[in-house]
Amino acid sequence: MTDQTTTGPSAAQPADRMPQWHLQGEQTAPVMVLSGSWQARAGNIPVFPKDGLKKAPGAHLSFQTSNLQVWDTGLVAFLWDLKRVAHDAGISLDMQTLPGPMRQLLELLPEVPDEPVHHKTARTPFLETVGNHAIASMTEVGVVSELGALTAKGAVLTLLGRSRMRMIDLLANTADAGPYALLIVGIVNFLIGAILAFVGAVELQKFAAGIYVASLVGIAMVREMAAVMTAIIMAGRTGGAYAARISTMQGNEEIDALNVFGIPTSTYLILPAVLSLIITMPFLYLYGCLIGMLGGFVVAISMLDITAAGYFHQTVTAFGIGQFVFGFTKSLVFGAFIGLTSCRIGLKAGRSAADVGIAATRAVVVGIVGVIAIDAIFAVIADVLGI
Amino acid sequence: MPDQTVLSLRDITLSFGPKIIQKNISLDVRKGSIFAVMGGSGCGKSTLLKSMIGLLRPSAGEYHVGDENYWAGDEAHRAELNHRFGVLFQSGALWSSMTIGENIALPLQMFTDLKPAVIRRLVELKLGFVGMLQAIDLYPSEISGGMRKRAGLARALALDPDILFFDEPSAGLDPITSARLDDLILNLRDGLGATIIIVSHELPSLFHIADDGIFLDPRTKTPIAHGSPRDLRDNCTDPQVHAFMHRERDEEGNT
Repeated sequence: MTDQTTTGPSAAQPADRMPQWHLQGEQTAPVMVLSGSWQARAGNIPVFPKDGLKKAPGAHLSFQTSNLQVWDTGLVAFLWDLKRVAHDAGISLDMQTLPGPMRQLLELLPEVPDEPVHHKTARTPFLETVGNHAIASMTEVGVVSELGALTAKGAVLTLLGRSRMRMIDLLANTADAGPYALLIVGIVNFLIGAILAFVGAVELQKFAAGIYVASLVGIAMVREMAAVMTAIIMAGRTGGAYAARISTMQGNEEIDALNVFGIPTSTYLILPAVLSLIITMPFLYLYGCLIGMLGGFVVAISMLDITAAGYFHQTVTAFGIGQFVFGFTKSLVFGAFIGLTSCRIGLKAGRSAADVGIAATRAVVVGIVGVIAIDAIFAVIADVLGI
Repeated sequence: MPDQTVLSLRDITLSFGPKIIQKNISLDVRKGSIFAVMGGSGCGKSTLLKSMIGLLRPSAGEYHVGDENYWAGDEAHRAELNHRFGVLFQSGALWSSMTIGENIALPLQMFTDLKPAVIRRLVELKLGFVGMLQAIDLYPSEISGGMRKRAGLARALALDPDILFFDEPSAGLDPITSARLDDLILNLRDGLGATIIIVSHELPSLFHIADDGIFLDPRTKTPIAHGSPRDLRDNCTDPQVHAFMHRERDEEGNT
């Protein structure tokens, strides 16, 4: 590396515009000659080899940049490589031979960069993972129950006039969970009723039992479908919204501010949210039943040879008040469940934008799966009790 | 060309619907200068910055970036011009779902054809400039506010912009970190040859780094002074500017 190459300043040729470097001069006083155009965007910045400089403690490396054309941070990246290698070889850089801007940028860069901090990705053994999950789930059940108890206590205190749930919060939440949800609950239940009637009509017609479509739709809506479908809609619509709102408040330190003031999140945030769902869900359930039966009625009348009065009569005699109470109770439990879990998930969420998305997703998933699981439990209980 | 104008605003009026924020803003930013946008809280500093980086269309006036009329072209044209900009937002505005390294790599991945190894090298370089190399694989939520700001600065530098916008760079930082950030800004300006527009009311920092500026008045909704903060501090006779620069209360008792 002692050859003396001289390159003319013929800038027009593309070959000259390639970034080029070589070392020349004595080992004790090497000179780094840089030429061509060094631009990061071109993607052709060479890497200075790790063994590019022999160990020569006390030596000074100087730069010759007279043939350098355009340069940007790409060149600085190369010089940084050189700086680190030179540091390892004990060679000091003669910064004064670099143009001012280059020197200033290079001086910002450390000779010995700090090692990047990595996340610990140690794998936990299988049994430990299972155990951790089990403990976490049990803790979660405990926390949600405690939250439920606190909320219930808040409700009692509010009833006694000794707590401060603001009525305006309850009204706003109730409006959002009730009247504003009527349209979507109506559409879904109408279609569910219509679909049930379709399916029933095709089969029952074969036995000339078309009139029993009314019973089928009526019992299915009242016992199961209206309550479950409404709860699923509310889990997606209102539960997701609660979780997103509370986790965003978490990110903005709003929850911290509430805690510092001593305003309990259970009465200020969770109670109105849960109460609004408990208040609106039964009404939405009743509304869903009626609309579902209407959907069945429309399909049955148009497909089958039955009269409107006949359909109505059959529907009324199909189920007793007990079925209504059963569905009604379920919708109350679903409302409380969705409200509590979604608020809990929101409170537990992290503080970044990504965490808000995770919290909303989790609230919807937990809400839907939970509603169906609770419904299954109700079915077993009903079977045992013979309802 | 030392006195080349990089950005120029002519009679810009900024408003949200019928509500006027500032009117008759005219300014020229010279290449290589550090231009300060000053004024009390709520005077429209950040709104002016927003408009300069293309987030808010002014309701009147002309804005030129170099020789190009910024708002005259279509969206694609503005996006093209925006590649000359690097913006440091007030709290860093790092994308929280990505590591610091990925935050800086994203613009490079989107707008260049560079290979991943080359991108990684450039990302390391940019983080090296701001002294944050060790945080390359951490998430924004795992680092402190000052580090987030420096990481935001590294991201602003990702595409080697020649115009940098800083929104309150030293807000929320301790004096030492803030002074270091000032030095870093000066070094980057000199090293990269960039032009810097800075929105701030941190007086020590402004006196230290800014060499030109504009003072916005919230009451008349117009700029009331032009010049470097040092110059305004020593020579400006306007009572409001004087009060601001010397941290005095004005006659109505407002700071």
